[in-house]
Order: sequence, then C-alpha cells, then structure tokens
Amino acid sequence: MCLGAPGVIASVDGDTAVVDFWGVRRTVALDLVDEPVAVGDYVLVHVGFAIRRIPAEEVAETLAFFAAMSAEDLEGLTPPEPATAPAVTPDAEEPPR
Amino acid sequence: MSGPGDTVRLAHGAGGEAMRALIEDVFLRGVVDAEARAMDDGAAIPFGDRWLVVTTDAHVVQPAFFPGGDIGRLSVCGTVNDLAMMGATELVALTATVIVEEGYSIADLRRVAASMRAACDEAGARLLAGDTKVMRKGELDGLALSSSGVALADRVVRGGGVRAGDAILITGTIGDHGLAVLGARHQLGLGDALRSDVAPLNGLVRAALAAGGDAVHAMKDPTRGGVTSALTELARASGVAVRLDEDALPYTDAARAAAELLGIDPLVVANEGKALLAVAPDAAPRVIAALRAHPLGARAAIIGRAVAGEPGEVVLDTGFGTRRLRERDGDPLPRIC
Amino acid sequence: MTAPLAFRDVARGRALRARLERAVARAGRTVTVMHVCGSHEQAIARYGLRAAFPAALRVQMGPGCPVCVTDAPEIDAAVALADRGVRVLTYGDMLRVPGRGRSLDDARAEGARVEVIYAATQAAELARATAEPVVFFATGFETTAVATAAILRRDPPPNLYVLSAHKWVPAAMEVVAAAPDTAIEGYLAAGHAATITGTAVFEPFVARHRRPVVVAGFEPLDILAALALLVEQVAAGTAELVNAFPRCVTRDGNRRALAALDEVFVPGDGDWRGIAHVPSGDLRLRPAFAAHDAAVRFADELAEAAAAARAEDALAAACRCGAIMTGRATPPDCALFGTACRPEAPVGACMVSTEGVCRIWHEHGLGAGRPA
Repeated sequence: MCLGAPGVIASVDGDTAVVDFWGVRRTVALDLVDEPVAVGDYVLVHVGFAIRRIPAEEVAETLAFFAAMSAEDLEGLTPPEPATAPAVTPDAEEPPR
Repeated sequence: MSGPGDTVRLAHGAGGEAMRALIEDVFLRGVVDAEARAMDDGAAIPFGDRWLVVTTDAHVVQPAFFPGGDIGRLSVCGTVNDLAMMGATELVALTATVIVEEGYSIADLRRVAASMRAACDEAGARLLAGDTKVMRKGELDGLALSSSGVALADRVVRGGGVRAGDAILITGTIGDHGLAVLGARHQLGLGDALRSDVAPLNGLVRAALAAGGDAVHAMKDPTRGGVTSALTELARASGVAVRLDEDALPYTDAARAAAELLGIDPLVVANEGKALLAVAPDAAPRVIAALRAHPLGARAAIIGRAVAGEPGEVVLDTGFGTRRLRERDGDPLPRIC
Repeated sequence: MTAPLAFRDVARGRALRARLERAVARAGRTVTVMHVCGSHEQAIARYGLRAAFPAALRVQMGPGCPVCVTDAPEIDAAVALADRGVRVLTYGDMLRVPGRGRSLDDARAEGARVEVIYAATQAAELARATAEPVVFFATGFETTAVATAAILRRDPPPNLYVLSAHKWVPAAMEVVAAAPDTAIEGYLAAGHAATITGTAVFEPFVARHRRPVVVAGFEPLDILAALALLVEQVAAGTAELVNAFPRCVTRDGNRRALAALDEVFVPGDGDWRGIAHVPSGDLRLRPAFAAHDAAVRFADELAEAAAAARAEDALAAACRCGAIMTGRATPPDCALFGTACRPEAPVGACMVSTEGVCRIWHEHGLGAGRPA
C-alpha cells in the first residue's frame, strides 16, 4: 500500500537529508524519523519523508533468520552454506525480536 | 479490442493497444498497400538492386530539454533509428518540420536547432530540407517537431522475421530515457545520475549487421511502451512467443533506483538509444561481440529467446516464478503506493 | 543499496518456497490467507510469486489499496473542486481513478488544473510559490497520512488546503475479519504501515479473532518467509502475532510520527469503496487545522457538488470490487473482469488503480486460468 524505498544518508542538513538510492539522490525530510540519523545510515523513505532508521544489525539478523528458516530446504538445491553462515538452529520458529 | 471511441485521448498516443486500434480503425481503414499495412518502423521501396527505406516521426516532449538530451536530438535520432531498424543505415537524409508556438524563446529554438545538427553529425546524416509553422499562443504547448528520412539498405530487416529459437538481444541498458524524462517532468529531484539514452543507432546497427548478416532476423527500437511493447509487436508479427530472463536484463543503477522509487516498471518506459535484435542462436555471440565493441553497445546482452507459443506472448522469468509482460495504455505515472 | 538485493536471492527464495510448500502440505487442505497491502500484491506479481505458490494456498488481497478504497464521493469532491477552477494536487496513483462519473485526469483533459506530486513536501512548496488556493487531495493510509501531518505542522502556507481521504488500515482489517462469511485463516500485515503503527496495534486483533498475523516486508524473501510463518501457524492451529519485518517494524512503531498523526488527524467513521462502512476508518483534520481543511474552506462548493452527483450506473452495480477486496472473490470471479472492465475502460477502482488487484492481475496476465 505504501511504496517505501531504503536509501543511504549522504548528508544531513538540519531537518532534511540527502539520501542516496543506488546513485540517485533525493532530498528527504527528517521530521518524522524517530531517532537520530547520521551519514551512512539506511533509512526507509515514503513520499519524501524518512520514516525509519534501518539498523544494519537488524538487516543481518533477518537475513540470518531467513537463511536458518530455509537451511533444510536449501540443501540439495545449492552447495552447502559456507562455514561463515550465521549459527542459528535450522528450525527456529521465532523470528528475531 | 473495441474501436477508438468518440474522441482522441492521450492513451491513443502512448504506443499501446489503444494507439494500434486508432491506426487500424482510422488511418488504415480501406488501405490495401501491404507495405503500409505492415506497420513496420518504415517502408521499403525497391531501388535498383537495393532498397530505399522511408519513414517519418513526430515528437512532442515535456519538458523539451531533459537530462541527456532535448526534443531536437530526439527528433533526429527517432527518424535515424526507425530507418536503422529496417536495416537502412547508409546515405541517411532527413527533412524536418518545426511547429512552434507564438512567444517561444528564439534562444531555445537555437539550442534545439544546434542539437539537431549535432545529432545529424553523429549519425552521419544530412538534414536537407525543412519547414517552419508558427501557431497562435495557446494553440500549441511550445514546440513540436516532425522529421522524415530516407536511407538505403542492401537487405530489408522486417519486424515479422523473428523465428522460434532466436536469441533476443538488447544493445544496452533499459529504461533510461523514459525514467529521465518522467523525473524531469514531475520535478522529482532525482539529480543528474539519471540520463536519457537518446542516440542515433545507425552506426551500431551497421556493426551488428556486418557481424551477423542474414542471421539478424528482426530489429525494433523499444521506444514508447518500452521493451514490453516492442517485443510484443515483434513476437505478434512473427507468430512466436518470447521468454526473457530477468537476471540478464541490463540496467544502470540510476534507472533501477528510479524505477523502484517511482514504482514504475522499467520494461514499459521508452528507450531512445537502444535496439532489440532477434538473431539466430549460433550468430548471437559474434553479434554481441560486435555490439560491445561499439561505444553505444558496451552493455549489449542476450536477454532471452523466441519460442514457439502464443503469438505475441512475452513472459519474464524472475527466478522466483514467471510473469507475463503486458502492454500498458497511457504514460506511466509515479506512484506512492 | 546492497541490502535489498540480498532479499532477492533466488536460491534462498526457492528454499523458502519449499518450506512454504511443506507448511501447506502439513495443513493437508486448501489454506486461505489474506494480505492487506497493494505493495504486497505488486511484489507478488512483479517477482512472479503467485505462479509459484503451492496449489493449495490461496493468497487473497484485502482492502490494502488506498486508491481502491477511497470512496467515489471523495474523488467526486476533488473533481468538483478541479472543475470549479481550483488548482488540485494529487499523487499519481489517484489521477485516473474515476469517482461516480469522472476522474481527475478526465477533468484535466477538459482544462482543469490538476498536478501530480510525488512527495508531500511538494504540496507546501507549490502552494508557497503562489497566492491562489491550492488543494492537496491527500490519499493513502497511515504511512502517507503522517507525511501530510508533517507538512501541516511545520508552518504551512495559508493558501494550502488539504482534502483528506486518508484512511486507517487496522480499522478495515476488523471489518474484514468480522465478516460472517470470511474464509481467511491468517493475515499478512503491511510492513510499511506497521512501521508507523507498530505491531502492538494488532495484538487485540489476534486475541479477538484468533487468527495469526505476520507482519511482512516487500522483498520476495520477506513475502515467502512471512507466508511460511503464517501457514505454519494455520497448520498448527496457533494464532500469534509475528514480526517478520523487524528491520523496519517495532512493537511501538514510530512514536514521533504517530504523535504527529494524532496532533493533526482524528479518526472518524466513513465509507470505504467496496467495503461499506468502516468505523474509525477515516482520518479527518482536527478543528485546530480547520484553516487548512479544504472541506471547511470549500464547504459550499462541495455540498453543491454532492447534491448534483450522478447515481452509479448498471455496470458499476455489477462490479465485484467489494467482494474482491474483502477476500470473498478473486478477479476472474467478476463477470466484468477483462471484458467490460479493462485498464483502458475501467469500471471498478480495483482495475483503475495500478495498485488494484484487478489491474495487477490483468497486466501480469493472471486470471486467464486461476492461479489462486
């Protein structure tokens, strides 16, 4: 229902920031985002407003959780996960948080 | 498909089903000339042991100046490219009609004219005749250009020549022009990373034909309606279906980002410096090599193949599943949902 | 933007789909779930997920398209103002959606001044550049409403008037879940709306209706994983609230945005197109913002237009948007789908909006057979 795009903060100027989406830069309002943001942070943007700082650790955690969810099923489809794969029990039923 | 209705609407000019209905119902009604009915990019007339290809193209664009080009460059390239898609890349000669609104800036007109000349130089084309009309204030929104062109071909390449098994090639990245113009039109503040690809393709096509020869079965430039419309038309005219591989589609980062930001499918927006080619599979690697050796073809890629199937069906394999690409009526709009 | 690409990994997607298949198999019957978000439908179509769903899984689209549920009289009101020469700004989504008669695009074709904007901030900027009244026809759910709230809170130009058609999604979920003939066994909640509301808003819903809710993001892996987590609950007979989009969604939501929303808007009962009456589903401007309320500034014009509104025609009566948006039908169930109702000649809002389920199915060639 709401087109949201994640981008990286390139610069901050008071209540606005320039956000980089794969090289396309847009000025975005910051007066709705509920925590301080800094250059390099990912933010979720909708209709010109940043509405969420996306913590890098949450991204990694969700990817690890999805990997764990599908670990059983991935076997046989592709080569086994590299040893660096996050150590999460394969059948974890609870998502992070 | 029903008729075009009682009045002309914007969708009738957007390159999709509605436009085809208008042409069939109004302009081709009673026309028996097979060359006209073919609705190719141009028409071919026997000329000694070669072919004389003629075409015409009209351009209005808002805004007239956009990142990467302007209406003058667009007009010249549009005509040069229509000729090139028929295989006619030599001795390109053009005429131009300029219709301008009273009050239009002479300085802007100079910019447009300079841009037309520059594009002609790039294409090695000659702009030999022209006409100018001035409309009363309010009777036209700024500027409209129309250009006609002729060129010679040794062999005419037809839109209906695709064969099942052919490799489908594109000469470079997808969606740049349409997204850049949309960004400029709606003042989306997308910066200058996103630029139109408008360019004359006769040199690139000449290289492809030199490498591929008769193995190049069909060509089309994916302008209005984008890759989706162009492939649908090629496939329909040839009685084949097309399968595309999403992973293989070349995009600039900026176009990919703009498409995501605006919620627009880059496969339905216009390109003005790209061609789609259907090539016999064994010749595809050498055509790709020839395209990539040309400055305008660096990101050429094999993006899919023609298959036996429902004529005109274009299906994209996303890796997760498949989806049918359908033509859209009306210009795409940025969406927020 | 490398992060989104990681959520589009095809091999991982296939593995998640296999897990989803096992969950559906475990249920041992057809499972029907609903997502409440046009962007979910867009992503499902764009990545071709629907064609790859297990045969025994039905994924219905609920009232998740703000453009589709914006009531015809609300659109008529915006068109009426445009017809009377008022400059009207709107999001591109809304431009071609007809009310009972015409769309804003129809009015524009006949000379009205209608402009498409893409960011809420543009509304204030465009108004600031002129002295004449500028009406912002503001549509969208809470995610979008907070942006409208933000521009009204920061010293808006006096000539900016908001015609609010903003809506509050959780209210419509209640209506759908409470429908006596509902067959929905679980819900995918919209991740971007939940970014604002937080997951807590769904806790009473889960308790009351004993149906699982999984908050989902919009990348293919987000959707496949969330569906697996949802169907696993259906198969096990559990009803829990799971947040599968924790990179954007927290339990409390975006408190700063919610405070802005509460300061500017007040929930009111309203009609949603195709869904009927939704208690507390509409977001109206509070009296403190009456100076910027188009419904106040143009009250006379709007009353006059409403009185003159045309009755809906017979085609519109046959339209099944309502049943489709409440999950009781899919587009091919409607006799008009693809025949009398097509993108170039739409009857219902679901076909008009690029986010409407009928439009999406039509454009992606779905519904010729029945994938669901």
